[in-house]
Amino acid sequence: MNGPDSSLFDVEEMEVNFGPQHPATHGVLRVQVKLDGEKILDAKPIIGYLHRGTEKLFETMEFPQCIPHTDRMDYIAAATNNQGFCVTMEKLLGITIPPRAAYLRMILAELQRIASHLVWFGTHAIDIGAITPFFYNFRDRDEILDLFEAYCGARLTLNTMKIGGVPFELPEGWVDRCRALVDDFPRRIDEYETLLTDNRIWKQRTVGIGVVSPEDAVEWGLTGPPLRGSGIRWDIRRVFPYDRYDEVDFEVPIGANGDTYDRYLVRVEEMRQSLRIVRQCLDALPEGPIMARAPKVLRAKEGMVYGSVESPKGELGYFIVTTEKATTPYRCRVRPPSFVNLQALPEMVKGHLVADLVAVIGTLDIVLGEIDR
Amino acid sequence: MSEPVLQLLVIPLIKLVVILSVILLVVAYLTLLERKVLAYMQVRIGPNRVGPRGLLQPIADVLKLFVKEDLVPAGAERFVFMLAPILIFVPSFIVWSVIPFGDAFTVGGVTIEPFIADLNIAVLFVLAVSSIGIYGIILGGWASNNKFSLMGGLRSAAQLVSYEVPLGFAVISVLLLSGTMSLVGIVESQRDAGVWWVVPGLLGFGIYFICGVAETNRNPFDLPEAEAELVAGFHTEYSGMKFALFFLAEYMNMLLVSSLAVILFFGGWLPPFPNLLAGFWASPALAWIPPFVWYFAKVMAFIFVYIWFRGTFPRYRFDQLMAVGWKWLLPLSLANVMLVAVGVLWFRG
Amino acid sequence: MTDETPKPPDDRAPDEPAAEGADRPADGKPKPTDEEKAARIAAAKAKAAAKKAAAEAPAEPKPAWEEKPVPPERADAADDPDVVALADGVAGSVLGAERFAGDVTVTVPAGAIAEICRFLKVERGFSFLVDLTAVDWPDREGGRFDVVYWMHRFDDQRRLRLRAVVAEGDAVDSVSGIWKTANWMEREVYDLFGVTFAGHPGLERILTWEGFHGHPLRKDFPVEGIDTGAAIYPDVYPPGGGPVAESEGEGEDQE
Repeated sequence: MNGPDSSLFDVEEMEVNFGPQHPATHGVLRVQVKLDGEKILDAKPIIGYLHRGTEKLFETMEFPQCIPHTDRMDYIAAATNNQGFCVTMEKLLGITIPPRAAYLRMILAELQRIASHLVWFGTHAIDIGAITPFFYNFRDRDEILDLFEAYCGARLTLNTMKIGGVPFELPEGWVDRCRALVDDFPRRIDEYETLLTDNRIWKQRTVGIGVVSPEDAVEWGLTGPPLRGSGIRWDIRRVFPYDRYDEVDFEVPIGANGDTYDRYLVRVEEMRQSLRIVRQCLDALPEGPIMARAPKVLRAKEGMVYGSVESPKGELGYFIVTTEKATTPYRCRVRPPSFVNLQALPEMVKGHLVADLVAVIGTLDIVLGEIDR
Repeated sequence: MSEPVLQLLVIPLIKLVVILSVILLVVAYLTLLERKVLAYMQVRIGPNRVGPRGLLQPIADVLKLFVKEDLVPAGAERFVFMLAPILIFVPSFIVWSVIPFGDAFTVGGVTIEPFIADLNIAVLFVLAVSSIGIYGIILGGWASNNKFSLMGGLRSAAQLVSYEVPLGFAVISVLLLSGTMSLVGIVESQRDAGVWWVVPGLLGFGIYFICGVAETNRNPFDLPEAEAELVAGFHTEYSGMKFALFFLAEYMNMLLVSSLAVILFFGGWLPPFPNLLAGFWASPALAWIPPFVWYFAKVMAFIFVYIWFRGTFPRYRFDQLMAVGWKWLLPLSLANVMLVAVGVLWFRG
Repeated sequence: MTDETPKPPDDRAPDEPAAEGADRPADGKPKPTDEEKAARIAAAKAKAAAKKAAAEAPAEPKPAWEEKPVPPERADAADDPDVVALADGVAGSVLGAERFAGDVTVTVPAGAIAEICRFLKVERGFSFLVDLTAVDWPDREGGRFDVVYWMHRFDDQRRLRLRAVVAEGDAVDSVSGIWKTANWMEREVYDLFGVTFAGHPGLERILTWEGFHGHPLRKDFPVEGIDTGAAIYPDVYPPGGGPVAESEGEGEDQE
């Protein structure tokens, strides 16, 4: 850590505390940074400020009661949390959901993915200094949240899926509203891209920053856009399809260099692919029941099961252990993608300058609710 | 009243009071303009509660800053802490004494020239006096007894000093074209030449404006004062009226850079093509427009560009910022001086 | 009179009465004639015959979501190629193997976990550790904790779960040297369960705060929480005497 001519110059390390409250809206994250002037020597994230004991609470609640608690973990993308839990429980109980429910789940999950990526876009841009995209993103995100509100009554913590299907039928006119939004959205994404994608200042701030090689990405267990930005085309929706994702057509974008700019491009393209999925689902939405025939009181067999979904942040997994004839999980462990992704932060920022720390935290797209549970 | 007393005492005093108070008012309303224009760029409205359409917002802000508690951080060097905002504010104010706003005009038989003084080394005066402000930044950062403020102050000072060099060279290209350092003289030379100096000096104008944006610590060069940064900038510990002085000084500098851009490159108070279209500008429909209006409109256009930059660009990292200044703008500005010199020799023989 | 065609049996529709209104003199209909009676009987017979035929013919299979859900069965997985390779590669490593809901779980001895994990990563290609966690079985003899390792292989997208039984107070070898991602995961297991990992580069609490005493996810840790005053600063606060929001610490409900 000392330079070769440290005998001449006294290298004084400065230790700086970043957080737990700071303007970048990532939640309560604290990073202890060791600086040599402007260069980062080490960055140690300290988490746990939002730990609420969710996994302990799961052990006290019956299976359907757990679902609202899953919303609160990754509160920016609540529908995929619900979906993860329901998918795992359906695996445990052997429930197959009706096609209409599967398509509705896919529509909700993909709309949620777009909404989550909009938050990422706005906050990442603001951290790097471009203050305008934030407002555009949130204006459009509001329209998606209005759709959610029309469907399940909530905008943020949705509780919008049940074990066996979805709780509600679509309200009248919802499909048309959704279709109108989805048809208009590509123009808006183009608007955001005009501001940043070819901007030389943006490129200077993001190209070559926080580079992760594919081997390192696998070593550190990264999933989601951090993994795909490094060039590994791996998406749970393709590898372990759930909810009829094998019936829809979409591409999984990857990046070439594994830097912040590539992760940015991957997420923007993911937004477009999500629109494609929603359009296909709306067009092919089958009729039929929205809930599978499941018993009122869900009793599980003894066993361990793991189910995962592709949340906007990465692979969100639920590991549920049950005892014979139990109505509550014995242990429900959540594998949060942001927790695993954040672990790679010290490696990613070593050698960069202080101003890049914010960029890298933004590009990992972490949600503290999920990390701390 | 005798002529000398009128000319040497009364009129200059009136001019002082009018010009300086108008500047202060314009600067105060500049804050509102920025908030509104930025808001409209960001699909929102901006302040609209205080007064009709938010027009009394600056008054409310000034009142609020007046009644705020005057905090001096523990361990701070008290005298220097108080001195720093003054050191920044006063030079920004003094500089306005040499900026001309229009042509001489007569009212009631008295000829009034709309500037406080016409120094024959006005350009040198402006550059020199505005550099004094850098002392205020360094002292403010140091006196706060806060290592982040110190770092922010040093960064800001380094940025300002670096960008002064290409700025100076860009201004030199205008001096080559005009042959005089007097600001009034520069405008008049543009009238004599019949063309705004931006036409032959386009590269110089580009360099000048970019350096001007960097000199005022504005986006995309606003790293020393960005909030998402670890180091929060030299004015972190300041609150109340002292902070207001920093803030006002920044906006006055913005106004100064815009005014200089207009005077040096865009013909000051001259309409476009003053000689070619002299007849057109003298036609009864347009003859009533006083020169000051031209000047003001152009300055406002530049202020709009400032705000437009802020709404559009991400910000440069500090090392990239310095690289742009030293590696790109400095060689370009030197090349520009040589180009303009060759051009002047060529076209004037 | 009747226009019934033989319908396929619909188990949701209630059985229609074979004769409608035949015995209701109150609504003034004339009593049915013998012809009508015979016609009705014939219709009923036809319907019964159709029902019988349909019952014997293969019924249209109901879609899976309308059937009662069938939970997966547990099966032995000793024939799984990875399990076989592991049993061959590391002696005594496979104490049991089970397949449930499509996942293979291998019970392994905790003492050899590092060797087993290295074998699986290097020889069998499980380069990606997806999750590392623990389960608390407080009354089980043999070992209280199940430390679970869940790994993934990219070549054929297969996953494998290891389960190691660890007694309270025993240390397990850390696998953070094998998969870097295990670092924080092991810290979390240590924090929430109290399982120590030998050889971990920095085993300290991650989700609870510094100075916290207790391991929250153990079954004997109350859901309501414990007296954190005494838990954090046992030398300052007596048990039950920690700071409380409203009162002076009289020993009332403390969260």
